[in-house]
Amino acid sequence: MTPPRRLTRWLVALVVLHCVVAGAGFFAPYDPVEQDRDHPYLPPMRVHLMDVQHHFHSRPFFYPLRLREGSFDQYQEDTAAAVPLHFFIRGADYPLLGFLPSRAHLFGTDGTRIYLLGSDAYGRDQLSRILFGGQVSLLAGLLGAGVTLSLGALIGLAAGYYGGWRDDLLMRTAELFLALPWLYLLFALRAFLPLTVSPLEAFLLVVVVIGMVGWARPARLVRGVVLSVKERDFVRAARGFGASDMYLLRRHILPETASVLLTQAAILVPQFVLAEMTLSFLGLGVPEPTASWGNLLASLQQYSVLVSYWWMYLPALAIVPFFLGYLGLASALQQRAGTYKIDEQSSWSPT
Amino acid sequence: MRYLLGRTLHAVFLLFGVSLLTFLFSALTPGNYFDEMRLNPQISRETVAALRAQYQLDRPLPVRYAHWLNAVAHGELGFSFAYNSPVGPLLWVRARNTLLLTITATLLAWLLALPLGVWSASRFGRAPDRVLSWTTATLLVIPDLVLALGLLILAVRTGWFPTGGLASVGFENLSPLHKLRDLASHLALPVAALVLTTLPMLVRHVRASVAEVLDAPFLRAAVGHGIPHRKLLYGYALRAAANPLISLFGFSVGTLVSGSLLVEVVMSWPGLGPLLLEAILARDLYVVIGGVLLSMIFLVSGNLFADVLLYWSDPRIRIAASAK
Repeated sequence: MTPPRRLTRWLVALVVLHCVVAGAGFFAPYDPVEQDRDHPYLPPMRVHLMDVQHHFHSRPFFYPLRLREGSFDQYQEDTAAAVPLHFFIRGADYPLLGFLPSRAHLFGTDGTRIYLLGSDAYGRDQLSRILFGGQVSLLAGLLGAGVTLSLGALIGLAAGYYGGWRDDLLMRTAELFLALPWLYLLFALRAFLPLTVSPLEAFLLVVVVIGMVGWARPARLVRGVVLSVKERDFVRAARGFGASDMYLLRRHILPETASVLLTQAAILVPQFVLAEMTLSFLGLGVPEPTASWGNLLASLQQYSVLVSYWWMYLPALAIVPFFLGYLGLASALQQRAGTYKIDEQSSWSPT
Repeated sequence: MRYLLGRTLHAVFLLFGVSLLTFLFSALTPGNYFDEMRLNPQISRETVAALRAQYQLDRPLPVRYAHWLNAVAHGELGFSFAYNSPVGPLLWVRARNTLLLTITATLLAWLLALPLGVWSASRFGRAPDRVLSWTTATLLVIPDLVLALGLLILAVRTGWFPTGGLASVGFENLSPLHKLRDLASHLALPVAALVLTTLPMLVRHVRASVAEVLDAPFLRAAVGHGIPHRKLLYGYALRAAANPLISLFGFSVGTLVSGSLLVEVVMSWPGLGPLLLEAILARDLYVVIGGVLLSMIFLVSGNLFADVLLYWSDPRIRIAASAK
C-alpha cells in the first residue's frame, strides 16, 4: 500500500478511537462514579438474542445476575426475568465533550442495571469507568506530549539557531536527560512533588511531570534540522533582506521541523499515556474516585482481586488499540519522511 | 587509550550532573520526612528540630550537597530516615535481588534474540520472516504494565507459578537442588515479563542489521566461494553487523538495575523497585537519590562497557582513535 494511503488509514482509525473516548458520556450507560453497593464485583453480563426456550427476540436482552444457592460470590443468570436493552435512551446527566449538558446514551435499561464489563468493589460500572478513564489518560498523554514538544522545539530551536555556548549547555543537559532511565526520572520528579492533592491538581501535576521528562530527544532532532535549514539559500536570502531572528525562526525554520515534530508526537503520545497509567497504577497519579486507566488497574495489587475477579484486568486492554494506532501512525509518518528506522523509539523506552 | 580516557571522563561528568540535578529537584520539594513526624503529638517540637539538625536538613542546599558528595567519596550514600540505617547496605541487598532477576532475563533475551534475528534475516521477506515480524509487532504494542498484569492473572488462575516473593516459606531447609528449583519457579514469571517486553525490540534490531549486511558484496562473494551457510551467517554476517548490536548490548547492561522497576513492583519481587516506591511515598530523600544514582552508575558503565567492546572488536574505531 502506498504511504499516503497507509497514513490516512491509521489516522482514521485513531480519530475513531479518540471520538469514542471523547464521547464517553454517550457510549457509557452510566455515571462513572455512581455506586451500586448491593452489587459489588458482578461479573460481565452477556447480551442475548435467544432466550432459554430458544425463541428469537429482535430486541437484545440480558438476564440479571443473582447469587448461586449456597454461595456468596458465585453468580448465575436469573432466567426468569429477561430485561430488554433500549437504545438511544435518556439516562444520567453528563457534559458532552466537557461542556454540552446531555442525557442521551447509546444504550441502557429501564430498571436493572447492566454491567457489560462487570462492576467494581463499589458496584460502579466498569465499562463507563473505562470510557471516562480514557478521557483522563488520553488527555494527560496528549497534553504531556504537547508540553514536551513545545519545550523540545523551543530548546532545539535555540540551541541550533544560536549555537555556541548556548548550544553546548543545552545539549549537555539534554544528554543528561536522555541518559536517565525514564521511569526513574518520572519517579524522581514525582517524588519531589506533593503527594496528597485534589484530582485536578494531581492531573495537572502528572501532565507537567510527564511533559518535563521527554523533551531531550525532540530537542536534539529539532536542533539537527535547524542546523541544516539555517544554512539553506532561502534563509540566507531572507536574512540578507534584513529579516529579524524571530521572523526567520517563526516563518522559515519552524515549519521545516514540522515533520520531525509530528513523528515525535506519534511516538510520544502512547508512551505518555502509559506513563500516566504507570503513575496512577502505583498511586502517584490521579486519585480515586476519578477514573483513569491507571488507577482502574490499581485494585489488581490486591491478591484477592487478582484471584477472583479477572474482569478487573479489562481496563489494561483498553490501551492496546491506541498503542497499535499510534505505532502504525509513527511508522507511516517515518516512511513518508523517508527516514524509516525501527530503532527510533527503542532508546526512549528502555522498559 | 586516549579514547577510553575521554569516554570515562564523559561518564564521570554525567554522573556528577545527575547527582546535582536530583539534589536540585529535592530542594524544590515542599515537605520532607520529618513533616509527618511533626504532626505526631507524641514527638516534641525539639526532637524533630534536633533530628533535622542531625541529618543536616536545616542547612542550605550547597552545604548539604557538599556534605553528601563527601560521604559518597567515602563510600556512603547518606542515611535513610525510614529505615534508620545507612542507605548503602539497604540498596545493596535489594540490588542483588534485582540483578539476579535482570541478568537472567537479559541473558535469556539475547540468547533468544540472536538466533531468531539472524534466522529471520536469512529468510528476509519470506513466510517465516513475516510470521516472526508479525509476532514481534504484536508483542510491541502490548505495554509492559499490561503484559506483566496479564501474566500475573494467568499465573494466579492456573496456579502454575508462585506469584510474588523470591523464595517459598522454609527455603532454608531445602536441599540445594530444591532450592534451585524453588528459586527458578519464583523467577519464571518476572523473567518472562521482562524477556517478552525486551525481546521484540532486540529481534528487530538483529534482523535489521544482519539483513543490511547480507546484501553486501563481500558476502555475495563468500557465497560464491561455497562457504557453508551457517558459518556465513554467524561467522561473517553477524560479525559485520555487530556494531549497532554491541551498542545495544551495552544499553541492555546499563538498564540492568533500572529496567525491571515496574515488573518488580507488579510481581512483588523484593528488588530495588518496591524499595524505591516506598521511599518516594515516605519521602525518604537519600534512598531515592541513592537509587537514582545507582541506576545511573549502571547506565553509564553499560555505555562505557559498550565503548570498550567496540574499541576491542572494531579495528576501524581503534585506528581512528589512535590517529587522533
